[in-house]
Amino acid sequence: MNNLNTLQLFRGIGRYGVLIALLLLILFGWLRYENFLGSFNVLTVLRYNSMFALVALGMCFVIITGGIDLSVGSTAALGSVVAAMLSPYGLVPGLLGGLLAGLVVGAINAFVITRLNILPFIATLATMLAASGCALLLAGNQSVSVSYDTAFIELGQGDVLGFPAPAWIALIAYLAGSVVLNFTSFGRTVLSIGGNEDATRLMGLPANRVKASVYMASGALAGLAGVILAAQFGAGQPIEGVGWELFAIASVVVGGTLLTGGVGSVGTTLVGVLLLGLIFNILNFENGLGWISLSAYWQSVIRGALLLVVVAVQAKLASRTEDAHP
Amino acid sequence: MADSATTHPATKDPAKGPALLSAHSLARHGAWIALALLILFNLAFTPNFATWQTLNVNLTQVCAIVIVAVGMTLVIATGGIDLSVGSLMAIAGSLAPLIFMGKILPLPYALGIALAFVVPVLVAGAFGWFNGWLITRLRIQPIIATLVLFIAGRGIAQVMTNGNLQPFKTPEFQFIGLGRVFGIPFQAVLMIVIVLAAAWMLRRTVFGRQILAVGGNERAARLAGIPVVSVKRKVYLISGLLSGIAGLIVIARNSAADANLVGLGMELDAIAAVAVGGTLLTGGRATVIGTLLGALIIQLVRYTLLANGVPDAAALVAKAAIIVLAVWLQRPSQG
Repeated sequence: MNNLNTLQLFRGIGRYGVLIALLLLILFGWLRYENFLGSFNVLTVLRYNSMFALVALGMCFVIITGGIDLSVGSTAALGSVVAAMLSPYGLVPGLLGGLLAGLVVGAINAFVITRLNILPFIATLATMLAASGCALLLAGNQSVSVSYDTAFIELGQGDVLGFPAPAWIALIAYLAGSVVLNFTSFGRTVLSIGGNEDATRLMGLPANRVKASVYMASGALAGLAGVILAAQFGAGQPIEGVGWELFAIASVVVGGTLLTGGVGSVGTTLVGVLLLGLIFNILNFENGLGWISLSAYWQSVIRGALLLVVVAVQAKLASRTEDAHP
Repeated sequence: MADSATTHPATKDPAKGPALLSAHSLARHGAWIALALLILFNLAFTPNFATWQTLNVNLTQVCAIVIVAVGMTLVIATGGIDLSVGSLMAIAGSLAPLIFMGKILPLPYALGIALAFVVPVLVAGAFGWFNGWLITRLRIQPIIATLVLFIAGRGIAQVMTNGNLQPFKTPEFQFIGLGRVFGIPFQAVLMIVIVLAAAWMLRRTVFGRQILAVGGNERAARLAGIPVVSVKRKVYLISGLLSGIAGLIVIARNSAADANLVGLGMELDAIAAVAVGGTLLTGGRATVIGTLLGALIIQLVRYTLLANGVPDAAALVAKAAIIVLAVWLQRPSQG
């Protein structure tokens, strides 16, 4: 009983701690800056961070299985190039093209990891290079302009019911992800692979198939993020996406998902993305006040420090749960 | 491979029959064979391959990667990983010009140069030690613990220099990147010394055996009385120090320090070299000479493709294929 309580406490703090931190940050911004909660700022933040949210969602599933996907950043770049090249044919070809490009990279990851039995870290490191190379080759080493004659750019710049289109896409993806993880047998298998892969296999669950699907989903979501990138900035960008994978990992970890796998939540991952994204926003507002002038470079220092605080707290809580039942 | 060192060969591949022996020995000597084939191919097809200039170009491209990858080999041998190496290079690389150009303290010229060699490397080492502290004291996984400095480290370097390029012309300092000893680039000499020292240490010293024991089976190592915590802290410290040296080489070579670019993506190049070289990524088996070969192979493939008119982007795809192929060939046989 005691074990159960401490475990619940640990999960509870992991789940609500980050939400409380986000709310405190929003409260701070609201009290300190004019227009912080104005619709322009809120919608801009949501529009911009929806790409990262999609990438982090895929990463969340991958990490819950105990794996990692380093290829998401260059997959997004590849997706943006493919989408931009197909954008003259309309919204749907551009969208599907980017998605498909991401899915192909994800399928290669899945094959190398589940069939060739290569560690996810190395397999996705290789596809990261390959996807980046393919994006540069396709784009001829420069950015590819998006066609403004079709509805494609609406995917990044448009609004639906007064809410940015990319934010809708991210929201729907998160709702779907949450349902899949919590209410389907697929989702339970994802969690159980991260908990103990051998046991999952011995129970007769299709561990390899589920793992493969997770990497393919991560690739497709990264491709989708690339589509939004291209639509939002009007160009497919083969060199964009550098460091996205580590930002996504940081968001997932800040959201309380354990890197050892087996425990995780889709909702708090979104909170993690917003928390890290807001730091940049608040830095801009702070500079706007004119009291201090912090260069944009401070944002990585602050993000790193935040990550450090979160993992340190997690580690403390984890060692306490360990002490409770050694 | 001569310096390949394993803790428990018997437990690593328990069911290795004679049928697998040839495939296994192919994998063990694969790096040498691949390098030899690459050199033969180039001798036959690439014009002007057998020249000093080609050798120098390839060596200067590979030195910084190898020096970082040696540290990475030791870290990976303990079952860890160090993502912060590129950011630590940026910190060391940004700090050195600040010191010898007297922007922190006005120093006598010679003292400034001397301190510019020592202080940045020590600072990078201190950050490396901090990585080790996070991993051992707070028991944070290496990939996350070093992710902290991967993100924050480059920010620290950018904040120190305000993101500005620092150009300089200081021959005494730049000797580390541009100098020559008997016609051989000094950085290559430095690289070879570091590789030989690390290979000797891993094979011949107690500390080296302890590194492998920790990576092979940490619990068993602890029960055997090996000071696991101190061994781990030392490898991250070494990785930090070597990153610092590599950072100095890169800025000396470029005659400028750019906090945004120094060491960017270096963690991946280093890990790739380690993986291709035949070090087991789960720890317990490591080869420093293999890492050198791995880095040389990756560089030589890129050079071969570029020299034969293949675009750089396609070389990236080739690099990806080499990494997967090498790791697949060298994977421990499934029991």
